[in-house]
Amino acid sequence: MNHIVQMKGMNKYFGKLHVLKEIDLTVEQGEVVVIIGASGSGKSTLIRCVNGLEEFESGHLEVDGQALAPKGGNQQVLAEIRKEVGMVFQQFNLFPHLTVKKNIMLAPQKVKDTPQVVANATAERLLERVGIGSQADKFPSHLSGGQQQRVAIARALAMEPRLMLFDEPTSALDPEMIGEVLDVMRELAKEGMTMMVVTHEMGFAREVADRVIYIHEGQIVEEGKPDDVFDNPQNERTQAFLSRVLVR
Amino acid sequence: MDSQFQFDWQAAINSIPFLIKGIPYTLMISFGGLMIGFALGILFGLLSINKKWFLKWPATAYIEIFRGTPILVQVLFIFYGLPDLIGGPIDPLTAGIAAIALNSGAYISEVVRGGVQSIDKGQAEAGLSLGLSRTQTFWSIIWPQAFRRMIPPLGNQAIVSIKDTSLFSVIGVGELVRQGQVYIASTFTAFEVYFVVAIMYLAITLSLSLILRLVERRGLASV
Repeated sequence: MNHIVQMKGMNKYFGKLHVLKEIDLTVEQGEVVVIIGASGSGKSTLIRCVNGLEEFESGHLEVDGQALAPKGGNQQVLAEIRKEVGMVFQQFNLFPHLTVKKNIMLAPQKVKDTPQVVANATAERLLERVGIGSQADKFPSHLSGGQQQRVAIARALAMEPRLMLFDEPTSALDPEMIGEVLDVMRELAKEGMTMMVVTHEMGFAREVADRVIYIHEGQIVEEGKPDDVFDNPQNERTQAFLSRVLVR
Repeated sequence: MDSQFQFDWQAAINSIPFLIKGIPYTLMISFGGLMIGFALGILFGLLSINKKWFLKWPATAYIEIFRGTPILVQVLFIFYGLPDLIGGPIDPLTAGIAAIALNSGAYISEVVRGGVQSIDKGQAEAGLSLGLSRTQTFWSIIWPQAFRRMIPPLGNQAIVSIKDTSLFSVIGVGELVRQGQVYIASTFTAFEVYFVVAIMYLAITLSLSLILRLVERRGLASV
């Protein structure tokens, strides 16, 4: 057993709103876990807890062998975890004042003291890998949404994370650009990256996920292999949700 | 009232050499004060958005006090009032620079606060998620973007402060207005002299606007 993420009885509140209820979830190394659910169900909040962008109120969370305490926990532990966990956001969140390449070089240079030449070479290699090697010296605003999101993936990969979190990575994209981002993610999964993906792309979930988790009102109500969850959902809430989102 | 009034060009031209001696003082007070004001503005602006109350409250108090009282009262207080407290005189130039520094510092604090708070929180989240510390995230990601947005309001404040120095004639600093008053006392050509004084202020503020516009265009080109 080599789990990277372990949640036990985790609870999260926004004020009085109970957004995550007694979450038990384990993610093994190399596993691709796709989290689905209606908007407001808590799925984004769930993965934002993994790298401490959201605090949780009670329960147990362990990431890469390090326990993150409720209510923010230890800053040093948080810093260690964030070095090992990459994140890709719905709105890309690229740094608009830096070129594409500098976006990718920033964290290795600041956090790991990687020498500039090495960071530069890594950035170029990663940009090739996500298929936009020729855009290195442009500013993010000059790139299409799909290209920006691929840069964001490269930026996260530059820290050589052991786990990648994807928070609705294609939701802000024009339809014709969704494919190119999903392709990069598919490649990443094939290479053995451990991934937690919140998405509405059911085709991607079915094809790439090792496990699909359905969250309803802050609770995991269904969990299993994609074919089982999609073709034979046990919980009636999952059935209702899937009948709304799946075009059969 | 004398309806036969004629603008005396010669009197205006004659006043220039005397008035121009005020310009170095006007510039020294405004830019000296603004530089310190900028430092104060960064410090108190950032403190005012801090979550810790013992940092936030003093900063907020400073901002409210110096925005909420007239700069004329501030400079009079510094020049005539403070010597009682510190037991010795303050020279007018120092008092002038201090008044501009403290006053512009309060406004610049608000500019800094607004600039920093205008940056989308996704930027900080991206920085933190990459493993950068809060300090690194702020200085390499938030501040450069916020600073660009701060340039227009900072320029605005510089122009306001330059004009505010005209009030310091009351404490006897030999800046532009003071020079004008002294000159008029012996020539009685108020219309011409204040006209020239106004033109000199305009020359300073217009040059600054021009420079700022160039800086702004360059700064924003990449975003």
